[in-house]
Amino acid sequence: MKKILRYLKDYRKESILAPLFKMLEASFELLIPLVVAAIIDQGIPNRDNSYIIQMCIIMIVLGIIGLTCSLTAQYFSARAAVGFATKLRHALFSHIQSLSFTEMDTIGTSTLITRMTSDVNQVQSCVNMVLRLFLRSPFIVLGAMVMAFTIDWKAAMVFVVTIPLLCIVVFGVMLVTMPLYKKVQAGLDKVLGITRENLTGARVIRAFNKEESEIRYFTNHNQLLTTMQVHVGKIAALTNPFTYIIINGAIVALIYIGAVRVESGILLQGQVVALVNYMSQILVELIKMADLIVNITKSVACGDRIQSVFETKSSIVSMSETKEQERTDYAVELEHVCLTYQKAGAESLTDINLKVKKGQTIGVIGGTGSGKTSLVHLIPRFYDATKGTVKINGVDVRDYSIEELRNKIGIVMQKAVLFKGTIRENLLWGNREAEEADLWEALETAQAKEIVEGKEGGLDSGIAQGGKNLSGGQRQRFTIARALVRKPEILILDDSASALDYATDARLRKALRERKEEMTVFVVSQRTSSIQYADQIIVLDDGAAVGIGTHEELLQTCPVYQEIYYSQFPKEAK
Amino acid sequence: MAQEKTKRKKQIQTLKKVMQFIGKHWLFLFLSILFGAVTVALRLYLPILIGDAVNLIVGKGNVDFSGLFLIARTMVVIILLTAGAQWLMNICNNKITYQVVRDIREKAFRKLEILPLKYIDSHSYGEIVSRVIADVDQFADGLLMGFTQFFTGFITIVGTLVIMLTKNVGITIVVILVTPISLFVASFIARKTYTMFKLQSETRGEQTAFIDEMIGNQKVVQAFGHEKEAMEQFDLINERLGSCSLKAIFFSSITNPSTRFVNSLVYTGVALTGAMAVVKGSLSVGDLTSLLSYANQYTKPFNEISGVVTELQNALACVARVFELIEEEAQVPDAVDAVEKVQVNGEVSLKNVNFSYVPEQKLIQNFSLQVKPGQRVAIVGPTGCGKTTIINLLMRFYDVDSGSIRVDGTDIRHMTRRSLRAGYGMVLQETWLKAGTIRENIVMGKPDASEDEILAAAKASHAHSFIKRLPNGYDTQIGEDGGSLSQGQKQLLCITRVMLCLPPMLILDEATSSIDTRTEIRIQKAFARMMEGRTSFIVAHRLSTIREADIILVMKDGNIIEQGNHETLLAQGGFYANLYQSQFSM
Repeated sequence: MKKILRYLKDYRKESILAPLFKMLEASFELLIPLVVAAIIDQGIPNRDNSYIIQMCIIMIVLGIIGLTCSLTAQYFSARAAVGFATKLRHALFSHIQSLSFTEMDTIGTSTLITRMTSDVNQVQSCVNMVLRLFLRSPFIVLGAMVMAFTIDWKAAMVFVVTIPLLCIVVFGVMLVTMPLYKKVQAGLDKVLGITRENLTGARVIRAFNKEESEIRYFTNHNQLLTTMQVHVGKIAALTNPFTYIIINGAIVALIYIGAVRVESGILLQGQVVALVNYMSQILVELIKMADLIVNITKSVACGDRIQSVFETKSSIVSMSETKEQERTDYAVELEHVCLTYQKAGAESLTDINLKVKKGQTIGVIGGTGSGKTSLVHLIPRFYDATKGTVKINGVDVRDYSIEELRNKIGIVMQKAVLFKGTIRENLLWGNREAEEADLWEALETAQAKEIVEGKEGGLDSGIAQGGKNLSGGQRQRFTIARALVRKPEILILDDSASALDYATDARLRKALRERKEEMTVFVVSQRTSSIQYADQIIVLDDGAAVGIGTHEELLQTCPVYQEIYYSQFPKEAK
Repeated sequence: MAQEKTKRKKQIQTLKKVMQFIGKHWLFLFLSILFGAVTVALRLYLPILIGDAVNLIVGKGNVDFSGLFLIARTMVVIILLTAGAQWLMNICNNKITYQVVRDIREKAFRKLEILPLKYIDSHSYGEIVSRVIADVDQFADGLLMGFTQFFTGFITIVGTLVIMLTKNVGITIVVILVTPISLFVASFIARKTYTMFKLQSETRGEQTAFIDEMIGNQKVVQAFGHEKEAMEQFDLINERLGSCSLKAIFFSSITNPSTRFVNSLVYTGVALTGAMAVVKGSLSVGDLTSLLSYANQYTKPFNEISGVVTELQNALACVARVFELIEEEAQVPDAVDAVEKVQVNGEVSLKNVNFSYVPEQKLIQNFSLQVKPGQRVAIVGPTGCGKTTIINLLMRFYDVDSGSIRVDGTDIRHMTRRSLRAGYGMVLQETWLKAGTIRENIVMGKPDASEDEILAAAKASHAHSFIKRLPNGYDTQIGEDGGSLSQGQKQLLCITRVMLCLPPMLILDEATSSIDTRTEIRIQKAFARMMEGRTSFIVAHRLSTIREADIILVMKDGNIIEQGNHETLLAQGGFYANLYQSQFSM
């Protein structure tokens, strides 16, 4: 939490002025009971109407000054809080962007999104509140006591006893209920979980006729939640009656002590009234402070979560400049490459060796979890190999500037992701300088030309967020086109034909082979038909390369490949 | 204006419905009102006592101690009584609120179980969940706050006015005249800031959507080196958000100081007129003290009530969304004369079936199919071609628009849903498991299954070997949606679940890609074993499955375009033949 507060630094002026003006306002507020006392003790006994009017004008002036101070304070604190949050969001977004795949995997996107949005909002409103109230409330509480002392030290002793007592009640109840509220929250989460489950599993629950038992299950947990809420409510409901007793008990005491002091001539009637008024001012502020503290504890938790994002450093550091290249015929070389994901027990890739000549097509095949995607993700350096080296054009990927490295590579990921905007904007992600003709050429290869032609707006037709207005197959073809617009030296297709029917898949493969430029292509697939004609096929099983060769070679020598192939083409398994 | 009126009307309707829920707890409601009235009355009495006490402390040597003692004793009693009544009122309010919330939530949940799937499919889960959870929660907060503050606030205002009138008419008039300014200022600011807040929440929504898109797909952003552009776009939105937030926050924060200022005007007014009256001799100093403290008490509920009103409106809006869900039309109930079929042979026939999700887009048209007991039907086609539609119709998750589906000659609309669905065993590709133990998940279809039956089913579906290696075997807890299990393991569990009851008809969904070869072979074996002698519908991807099927349905764009067995379809040379051959062509 502390570290993120440095984003408040640019608003130092505001963050000092806001509480200062608030305190000014509070001091004027503290003067009011004295003015009223003066009216009672001076104006009334002397029957001095003009004095009374004067005093009332003073009260109005105090009110106006208080209002001005307060508005100034509100403005400064709003400025500081909003400015702080804006800076924080900027820094957070920029930091998250710098994180590599490894960190993204461990933290998880949904968490990052909550931290950028609701956590930052919570911290913002807390900063705003703290600037306004944190000094004001204690100031009024203590100020009221000090003012009481200036009136009469003996009567002021009542304050000395009352304030700690009030604190004990207000903060004591808070301390007791806070952990209980956490339990309530857990109960609520459970009820939420059940509701969610019943939506995602609506078909299965109905297929198994489990509606009644689910309702019973829900009712039980719902009742549990209610019982807990009522229980906490009972304790929380103690605050008001107790503080009421303490404050008014103190007022009784003040009146009694005041009476004794008036009797002996030390105090005046109006001063007793002022003492009573000060006592009433305390309570409101204490309750505000308790609210504030609850708010602060919540926000500190949010702040710490944000802080932990900042503390996560990217594990992949880019070279500022790419090292000198030596001439080589190999586009990609993997030498004794191993990969262990963070926090994973076992290696995901074990001792992989592979040399790929420029212009070759490589098939990567294997079951789920066999390491196919991990293997191709090493090429654009999404992850660093934990052992061994990955070379592109003869240079270790770690010696490239990341921007230059990734510029050479076009990748089509398993999940077809498009962004809100137009088709053109999405294709330009591949290469900002691409010309109209390049776009159409890429679309044609990706078998997506007819989709665009079928749209009224052509290249400028809109794409909804997540590409929701397109079918899975259409999305996939656009992501392929996007990668092709880049005219990459290396093209990686990671199971990117899964939503295409066999015929389109076949046409796509054919078009790719017919592209003019020399392009090294990696095709990851579960279908043997997709990679059958590759120059080299690498067969992965549980992270190890169990076979490298052409289709024919592997059919002879590699049992895993045989197993996969014959499971898809059983007729030939004789 | 008319819009405003219907809105008001709707609010009143919602309020009526809420009152129905609250009405069940009428005893607590009555007690709450009673204790509330007692609290306020006693609380208002206290300043009178304080004033009386002050009147007894006139000056040096002029203090009436015996009178003071009597007053002090009364004060202590009153204070204790007030505190007690207040506590009891709080407890009653608590009870009412949380029980009403529980009832509403339960009602909403019961509705979920009988809503037509059409509703569930066409609304995002997040939205429905937020109605049942977040909206109800907000409503609870608003209701509790409303109960504690609205009612007592109202009584306080009225009570104070009455007492002040008895003390001094002139001062009371001053107070009544000045107070509306405070309300006016508050509502003026609220109206002005409403548009600012709306703009803020819109911009915030825009930013969240952008963050969601960019961070959610960071891998693509990085792969294409798009970070800089994303940052620039983000900053644009961020700056806009900053400036409209500043406006909204600042202008809304004016309310409090402004109303406080108006209150201080009221206070000053009372002090002025009161002091003058004292000078004239028509008022005592003690009365002035109590009037001043009333002036304070009187304005406070006004400020609170304006807050409470917005809170209550918000609460009503929230609960209206919940009621919308509760009042949503339920699925067509089982017919009165619906048959409870105990024994099903597994003969399924579809006759002239027409179906579409939305009228504009026709899907299945005039489709007929005859399946004899024990036959296998493979459903084939590219992804997204509507294969699940068939499942929706067979299980009666959706009803056909026209035509009929019969099981053993009985129209499924004349069977109870329970008996129809008990006749089917369903394994979907999107596996769904409950949070709970492995065992609880397996016995879903047969809660009274014996240990031996469970073991036998798990072994038959090849799930036993992985289950027994889990830390607590069959009693291992799994999280929501299967938690730490792999996709293949989840699928095996779903198969075990069906294997345990083995109904006469099956609906199976073959996995496409997410399962490794070994597990896939196991699943194949388990499927094969289940299908022996049972009518089965299989959404098929594997050629071997397709070839062995008795009937193949070829689907495209939601419609069934070809129907026949492997040989006849190949001979037709249509879509299926093309699909089949592309596997081998290059």
